[in-house]
Amino acid sequence: MYVAVKGGEKAIENAHKLLAEKRRGDTQVPEISTKQIEEQMTLAVDRVMTEGSLYDRSLAALAIKQARGDLIEAIFLIRASRTTLPRFGYSKPIETDRMEIARRISATYKDLPGGQILGPTFDYTHRLLEFDLEESGAPEPALESDAEYQHAPHVLDLLSDEGLMEAPSQVPIDKEPGDLTRDPLSFPADRDLRLQNLARGDEGFLLALGYSTQRGYARNHPFAGEIRLGTVEVEFVPEELGFPIVIGEIEVTECEMVNQFKGSKKVPPQFTRGYGLTFGHCERKAMSMAQVDRALRAEELGEDRIAPAQDEEFVLSHCDNVQATGFVEHLKLPHYVDFQSELELVRRMRREQEPDHKEAAE
Amino acid sequence: MTNYNFAYLNEQTKKMIRRALLKAIAIPGYQVPFASREMPMPYGWGTGGVQVTASILKPDDKLKVIDQGADDTTNAVSIRKFFKKTADIETTEITEEASVIQTRHRIPETPLSEDQILVYQVPIPEPLRFLEPRETETRKMHAYEDYGLMHVKLYEDISQHGHIATTYAYPVEVEGRYVMDPSPTPKFDNPKMNESPALQLFGAGREKRIYAIPPYTKVVSLDFEDHPFEIQKWNVPCALCGATHTFLDEVITDDKGGRMFVCSDTDYCAKRRAASEAAE
Repeated sequence: MYVAVKGGEKAIENAHKLLAEKRRGDTQVPEISTKQIEEQMTLAVDRVMTEGSLYDRSLAALAIKQARGDLIEAIFLIRASRTTLPRFGYSKPIETDRMEIARRISATYKDLPGGQILGPTFDYTHRLLEFDLEESGAPEPALESDAEYQHAPHVLDLLSDEGLMEAPSQVPIDKEPGDLTRDPLSFPADRDLRLQNLARGDEGFLLALGYSTQRGYARNHPFAGEIRLGTVEVEFVPEELGFPIVIGEIEVTECEMVNQFKGSKKVPPQFTRGYGLTFGHCERKAMSMAQVDRALRAEELGEDRIAPAQDEEFVLSHCDNVQATGFVEHLKLPHYVDFQSELELVRRMRREQEPDHKEAAE
Repeated sequence: MTNYNFAYLNEQTKKMIRRALLKAIAIPGYQVPFASREMPMPYGWGTGGVQVTASILKPDDKLKVIDQGADDTTNAVSIRKFFKKTADIETTEITEEASVIQTRHRIPETPLSEDQILVYQVPIPEPLRFLEPRETETRKMHAYEDYGLMHVKLYEDISQHGHIATTYAYPVEVEGRYVMDPSPTPKFDNPKMNESPALQLFGAGREKRIYAIPPYTKVVSLDFEDHPFEIQKWNVPCALCGATHTFLDEVITDDKGGRMFVCSDTDYCAKRRAASEAAE
């Protein structure tokens, strides 16, 4: 007997209840607090803030809890919440040059003004499971340096002083940067929009694209000129005051890649730049972003566009994981009607190919 | 949900979308780029339609939401609930009663009137996308009215299969100018778009495009003189209401090849059954 897919409303309600139960898990185990996520799952929080395009640690922690640890789902929650927020205006550009540094490394110079500061990093750890962590335990305190704080100039500026590095792209000071959350992206996109798109883009997708440039797909050898992590002040000019005030501090990761460039008719051989910037500590993302940014500059630098990472429309159209996951997962929605149309077509085509039919037609 | 503005979106956003809608209505079939927002449902699940509906909804509107022609499919239920919650609006399943109908993949069987707006959810607004993946190219093709590629595709279908092998999202020409994707409605519904008294709005959230067919606009399905456009036909009537002129869904009834065909438009089917019961 025909049973229609009735009662969708009830089914949805129950599915949501079950989801809430699954989220909570065994009630004998203490519930995780958003504060714990904020403090102990910091890198997850950083990723959700970066790709969610919203700097708010506690909201990101809440989203991670609600999403049961599914970070793309958490990013999606943050983006949807962001939609409802009014926009007061744009802050002044942050000055990463004046960053209070927590980590700063350069792979191009052994030592340099400001020094190499390892900071909190997985680099050089042995990836051996530390079974002690199954039990709680206070970590041994890290030693603090009593060396005086040194200003750390950007490594790439040192190179450009020598004329070996291209100057940073000069954007007219009165040019308002584009904003793809306020205007639909159109192609070709300027570098400001490309960088915004990449900053919001999926870490995994950018990682794979960046990786591909190291394996010969748009090969141009990158050097990690500098990676820095730390806090910067955010300044805003309220209309009624007319001068900038500091409205807060944010933690950011910045990566500047140095790439070879053989030179062209217009430009002598020199090093070129790729740029990556994220909220919080997202080093892998910042590095991949810088690689892809550089690859996307192919057109501007007169290089042949032969690889996926150089293809602006391909990269920018597919790097947003909220868009990607939505469209891939929409295949779960019913497609009875389209499928019915296809069924009818396939049956008809098969019928037409049957021998009797062919003879009759002849 | 008192923390949210009427119908979720803030007023600036609605204004921006309405401007895009007005432009779309002024240039029938043209895809207007708009700054689509992230909505609380996933891309590909009707965010374009939801944004259009949110922007045109008034407190005295009556909303109907269908998916695959049915009011009770899960996503239709979910979207209807969203507007009930954020706009506190009256909803209905009866086509004639609704002032705004949001749909995915179908046009209701009941003819629409001048007082109604049909809002389509669109996954891929570009009819040329599967022939040319680049937006930079397809925009040029529309600008130059260069639709040769589409005609070649349809011709190749005929030379290969003897007929055009597109059954849904069947391309149409709007008011003699733009070739448009009718969204993945079955081609069965294409003729309903032509000269429709209702305003038809199309929203593609992920692709950030809005387009429209104003009331009483000529909408022609692409075809050839010797291979005229045809709609699907079934050789059985609806197993529930007996209709022979509606789009039928196939339902598998057992694991021995048993199947039956029923109207995809649940409201229309229920109405016909009620009428025949009343007559008895």
